[in-house]
Amino acid sequence: MGNVQRKRIAAQTGNEAMAYAMKQINPDVVAAYPITPATEIMERIAHRFRELPGRVFIQMEDEIGSICCMNGATAAGLKAMTATSGPGFSLMQEGIGYSVMAELPCIIVNVMRGGPATGTPTRTSQADVMQARYGTHGDHPIVAVCPWSVRECFDLTVTAVNISERLRLPVIILMDEIVGHMREVVELPEKVNVWHPDKPKPPRENYYHYDDQNNYDACIASFGEGYRIHLTGLTHRKDGFPTDEPEIIKWNLDRLRRKIEDNRSWLWDMDYLDLGSETVIVSYGTAGRSAMAAKAQFEAQTGRRVGIVRLRMVWPFPVQRLMALLRSARRVIVPEMNQGQLYREVERTVSLNVSVVSVQRYDGEMLTPEEIIDAL
Amino acid sequence: MQKIEIRIAGTGGQGVILASVVLAEAAGVYEGWQVVQTQSYGPEARGGASRADVIISDQPILFPKCRKLDLLICLSQKAVDTYLNDLKVRGVAVIDSFYVRECPHAQTICLPLTETARRELGRELFTNIVTVGAVAKITGLIKLDSLKQAVARRVPEQFLKINQQALELGWHLGVNPG
Repeated sequence: MGNVQRKRIAAQTGNEAMAYAMKQINPDVVAAYPITPATEIMERIAHRFRELPGRVFIQMEDEIGSICCMNGATAAGLKAMTATSGPGFSLMQEGIGYSVMAELPCIIVNVMRGGPATGTPTRTSQADVMQARYGTHGDHPIVAVCPWSVRECFDLTVTAVNISERLRLPVIILMDEIVGHMREVVELPEKVNVWHPDKPKPPRENYYHYDDQNNYDACIASFGEGYRIHLTGLTHRKDGFPTDEPEIIKWNLDRLRRKIEDNRSWLWDMDYLDLGSETVIVSYGTAGRSAMAAKAQFEAQTGRRVGIVRLRMVWPFPVQRLMALLRSARRVIVPEMNQGQLYREVERTVSLNVSVVSVQRYDGEMLTPEEIIDAL
Repeated sequence: MQKIEIRIAGTGGQGVILASVVLAEAAGVYEGWQVVQTQSYGPEARGGASRADVIISDQPILFPKCRKLDLLICLSQKAVDTYLNDLKVRGVAVIDSFYVRECPHAQTICLPLTETARRELGRELFTNIVTVGAVAKITGLIKLDSLKQAVARRVPEQFLKINQQALELGWHLGVNPG
């Protein structure tokens, strides 16, 4: 291997890989506010964006400012990203609701730490899984991905941007302190493929921003391109103006739900292995690393096989797919670094005669393989 | 399967984190091992103590934290007091002759890391790179040449020569415990 190629291989943290992914995706705007354990992402972006003409990095006054700045940027047809942690993610919820309602795609990275409130900044946690899903009010869809390695921090960011652009939805990347601060030797790609929405074709008088055919994979106009656009957080008609007609309210919410429902065929991402086994571990994020280690250790000790499913995309929860994959399982173990958040989703997915066991750790340390083996 | 867990611990400012990154890159980029490097980010990272862990293996490393150390490098007495319990019974402790007074462990190697940096290179600043050289030699997993390439990526160019000298000095201090 030549020296040139070696230069691209380096020991990088998840946060560094995330910042590199953001740079390669080349968003127009990154608006963020520093917070442990996500600060390194914006630090790197701030540094790198100085070399890139036309790119804006802005440190806002807080996370409410960050999300509103992103909403403004995406309304103007720009790509926007931010990185934060639990407390900042809480502040962003109102703005995330606006992004969902006004259909403004953006990327929000949440490097999870302990909570509630300021909690434990330097410790790890997976406690924001439900906040990602239900943090903002109203009946709304959301997409969230969850990387388990430095390389996946890069790959899933590219995936997230593409989903966000295609569905016109905010997408949340749930990292955690461990994957954010851990260094692995990786070679990251120099080119990424990013999906760009097509521009609408004239005539302008027939353009409706929220037309049914503009729900996903849309030809969408932005402010300043000559089309008539109206954005609001209120329930709106297809021209974007507010209404309270029951029929339109229902149409509005159905439209949002269909972003996920119509795309379920490709809107899932998981790894699985040895699913014929009686016992299966369902995990995500860094808990998945402990789960894989537990599987290897247990099999070496006992000679019995254990199945494993690792979700890379936690929302939308892959109900049908998981139902099929867990068909022959009698016991399902769900290890998480919280008090059992995704455990209930798994429990209501499998049939009643399957026992579902929640393995929890929420003291800020990483789940150990032994804790999972104890439940096997 | 071959796997070793290494911890470098000392006081903030001794450069233990840079040392661990150089070690990880030498092993991972130039020698083709699987590596994971972590460091303490807790409040203790501000209280003066500093610690970084490196796991080197021939298999993918799933659990990224060190649990039972094969090798513990202590650049301060506090590091010995805090982390000696994490060392395997047959693990090896490497201590700095200047800053560590005692280390109650059977397999202890006492090396003049700080003194070498001061005496040979004129500045204590290079202790961390001297340490990397010694540690790599002790593990027997990394070649001196790989270390030199790894250090070139992580230090400013004008200090490259002196850092490579530090590596060599450390390399010659290190002994393979067998």
